[in-house]
Order: sequence, then structure tokens, then C-alpha cells
Amino acid sequence: MLIPHPILGLRDAQEFTYLGDAALIDRPDGLANPEAFHDYLYLRDNPAGIHRELWFHEQGDRSWIVVTRNTVTHEILGAVLAQDVARARGRSR
Amino acid sequence: MCEHRLRARPALGIDQPDVVAVGPVRIAESMGTALGSLASRRGRDDEVRRIAADAGIPLPAPGQMVRQGDWAGFWLAPSQWMIEGPQDTYEDIAAVLKTIFGESASVTEQTDAWVRLEVTGPLRPMFERLCNLDLVRFVPGSATRTIIEHLGCYVLRQADDRITLLGPRSSAASLHHALISAARSAF
Repeated sequence: MLIPHPILGLRDAQEFTYLGDAALIDRPDGLANPEAFHDYLYLRDNPAGIHRELWFHEQGDRSWIVVTRNTVTHEILGAVLAQDVARARGRSR
Repeated sequence: MCEHRLRARPALGIDQPDVVAVGPVRIAESMGTALGSLASRRGRDDEVRRIAADAGIPLPAPGQMVRQGDWAGFWLAPSQWMIEGPQDTYEDIAAVLKTIFGESASVTEQTDAWVRLEVTGPLRPMFERLCNLDLVRFVPGSATRTIIEHLGCYVLRQADDRITLLGPRSSAASLHHALISAARSAF
């Protein structure tokens, strides 16, 4: 499987490690809202189809990347830097 | 710097031959280069680029390496580069870079973390056995990190027939063995 790295172009999936659902970027404040944090920690969608997920280019430039992948066909529909996703949501980094 | 009469030992040990020849391929450890990594601090990219331009230190684009006078550099990650200088002149390369860049960037001494192997000859048959780089697209001037023999290595394409490999120094012998095995298998 080839992952289209937003900076380096197509790279072999062997260079990456997989973390999971890209919703992990939006971590709620566990002290202010324990229910939301419980859901964040334990509840995940497990879609058969389009899924946004976090990959780490561990054996490359060590960027975190949000990859949109079809879990049924393994087709990769896009990849953006997780840093850009987080900043677009108002995070400082 | 104080005067001393110590000599650096090669990562492969003193009992290894300087150059291993397998068919048309030559594999040799190179010791003459000092390395320091440079990471611009948050929001200070422009400042780092200006200082580098004034000092004549190249900060190449992603996937690239550039040689400029005494200095050379290759891209590591967003806002991060490896800077190379001759060991004789820049044995204290981290201190030199820190003096140049001050608080705009973080500098780490890297010289002793890596083994530097020079591979010359017809590279494609050998490297297609070693890693997943496509040497047709990985033209001279390209630099990237990838897996070779389960080790994260920087691959620098110096010329059509010359690649410099930076591998983790503690695994130098394993990497050296993998290169020789691939060369024997190819030729």
C-alpha cells in the first residue's frame, strides 16, 4: 500500500505506523467533562467504508498524517498533515 | 579548542578493511564529516532562513540536499535540516551552529550518532534489493530517510553512481553486512 505523503509524495506503508481514528485529535478536557472524555477514550466508530485515521511516518520525516481510507477496498482518498488539521480547528500546534 | 592527539575510531572497528569491493561496487566507511541537526523554533522559520542565507548554510527543500562551499545540508522534516561540514574544520559543529543561529533554532550534535557509508558503482541492482526507493526518480541531489535492513537510514544520492548512507552507528556492522550481501546477490 502506498500512502501519498503531503510533503514527500507516494511512500510505502511499511515506513508508517498506524494509530487509529483521527477523532483522537479532538481530546476533550477530562476534568471539565468526564463523560465526553470517557466517550473519547473508549467509544470508536468502526466503519466499513470511508475512515479518517492517523498515521505516523516513523521511518521517514516523522510527520503525523491524517489519511482518508476506504476500509473495505483499502483505497486511499487523501492525506493531509495532522498539524494542519489541528491548526484548522484552532489549536496552536 | 584544546590540542589533542586522539584519533576517532571507525564505527566498523579498526580491523575492517577501508574499502570492500564486490564486483563493480565499492563500499567504504567515511569519517571526515561533522553533522549537526538544526530545527527552527516555532514561528521563527523566516529568521532561520535569513540567518542561513547570510552564513552561506544551505537549507534545502523537502527531499533534497545541497552542497554550498564548505557546508552541505539535507532536509529531515518540516523546519528541520541536517547540516554537514568538514570534521577538520567543524569538529565542534553544534557549537558553531548554535553561535550562528542563537535562539532562533535548536541544534543537536549528530556526528557520533551515525555511521557514514559511501557506496559507489552501479547502484540500482543493489538498492532495489535493499530498500523501496525508486532510484530512477531518486535523482542526484535527492535525500530521504527510509528503511534498510530494518534500520532507519538517510540515503543521499550524491551522483548517478554514488550514494552516501547514514545509518545508526550502533548498528554499523549490521548495515555494512546488509550492503555487502546485497552487492554479492546483485553481482
